[in-house]
Amino acid sequence: MEILADNLDRFVEGIGATISLTVVSWLAAFVIGVTVASLRVGPIRPLRGAATVYVELVRNCPLAVLFVLFFFGLPSIGILFESKFVSAVIVLSIYTGAFVAETVRSGVNTVASGQVEAARSLGLGFSQVLGLVVLPQALRSVVAPLGNLFIALTKNSSIAYTIGFIELTGTANQIAVENAEFVTAFAAAAGAYLLLTLPSGLAVGALERRVAIRR
Amino acid sequence: MTRTRTRTLWLVAMLAALALVATACGDDDDDTGQTSDTTEADAGEAPEFPAGSTMAEIQQAGTITVGTKFDQRLFGQTDPRTGEVEGFDVEIAKLIVEAIGPDVEIEFTETPSAIRETALEEGTVDMVVATYTINDARKERIDFAGPYYVAGQDIMVPAGNPMEISGVDDLNGKRVCSVQGSTSIENVREMAPEAELTEFDVYTKCADAMRDGRVDAVSTDNVILLGLVEQYGSDVFEVVGNPFTTEPYGIGIPKGDDEFRTFINDRLEEIFTNGEWADAYERTVGTVDDEVPEPPAVDRY
Repeated sequence: MEILADNLDRFVEGIGATISLTVVSWLAAFVIGVTVASLRVGPIRPLRGAATVYVELVRNCPLAVLFVLFFFGLPSIGILFESKFVSAVIVLSIYTGAFVAETVRSGVNTVASGQVEAARSLGLGFSQVLGLVVLPQALRSVVAPLGNLFIALTKNSSIAYTIGFIELTGTANQIAVENAEFVTAFAAAAGAYLLLTLPSGLAVGALERRVAIRR
Repeated sequence: MTRTRTRTLWLVAMLAALALVATACGDDDDDTGQTSDTTEADAGEAPEFPAGSTMAEIQQAGTITVGTKFDQRLFGQTDPRTGEVEGFDVEIAKLIVEAIGPDVEIEFTETPSAIRETALEEGTVDMVVATYTINDARKERIDFAGPYYVAGQDIMVPAGNPMEISGVDDLNGKRVCSVQGSTSIENVREMAPEAELTEFDVYTKCADAMRDGRVDAVSTDNVILLGLVEQYGSDVFEVVGNPFTTEPYGIGIPKGDDEFRTFINDRLEEIFTNGEWADAYERTVGTVDDEVPEPPAVDRY
């Protein structure tokens, strides 16, 4: 237990790194996800195809593999991101974006077809139908699954440690090795992740109740 | 009422989850299933040991589990063709077990750095020979026989040494890579506080990062660096050759087994003097290091 008190500042720093990595990646993943979902339900065939390829490729590849391919593989074709934080954000948002896209698409499918027909008969174009009528309703119906993705992302951010970005898990590992106390350090990390994810779960629940579509 | 019940359920679920996580962390027996037995062919006389001693127990069981690295060039690495582990650590383990009984079979189990103490404490291995630096923090949980080898921390740079790094002081202000949780990274942190550190889980990632220009130098035990030079080619990397620490490699055994520790220490001194230690070195590390060093003095603390 002593090692926790002695290293509290480092744990706090690790938690901070996890939070910033998660939040920035989430914002990017959300933008990617909504865009890709829109392309997948859109009328332009090549874009629809490209979006499908993206989702299927990324969704079916383990995150740890994506990290290694991105960080150690891309330099061999001349693409190199110096910053580990930026690299981690890119990989995490590309990965999570695929899941967000599928979730949003499933939300789009729940919007009654009468809504679209009504919007079209008012003379709205595709982007207006999507942006003003379909997406607002779709997003409101998928708050809970999006919340799940956010929690998954919080935990997935720990894999950034394989490319040397030291966040919460990396900090726990450092402290564990320095003090030869693995169980204590990782139990503390587990507790810290709960501190992060439980409130997000509660917040998502509250948000869901607020925006739920009552039929 | 339902509300409180839901809340209680929540608490129970959370506690259960935490308990699960804790046990999962504690249960670190890395059974990779990849084991290789190596029975020594020459059937010499099996020595007698006092009843109840670890040596007698091992002799009776006819088998011993030894933890080693499976990915450490020159010290302990699996040969992909045969599945056998090879290297200096493996040779040392064989030489020690030979003295317990020529018929004792060795089962090698993979023990990466992070799980070595736990594996010994939980008894999943009888001893660990895995480029294991002796230090006080570790001695609180386990005991060390040896050292059987003293490595030194050195620096690897791109071939031609473009930044003209000649010693540890030159690492200040440079981007330096080493492995998470290693004594090497601690040493750099202390001796070159201005160095910008990158940490990975394995050294090959450091080597790749240096090849890609992400870091300027890789620093760890010289023998490991020599292994990397061998792997990547001497036209890619070179070792500076100015060691700045001494890293005594010891043999980890469960805490408190002084009888076993004395036995291993005696055996080490025996192979130091009879030349078997030097032979083992030549066969393994000697393939990249021409000079066989003097064997270290055993530390009987």
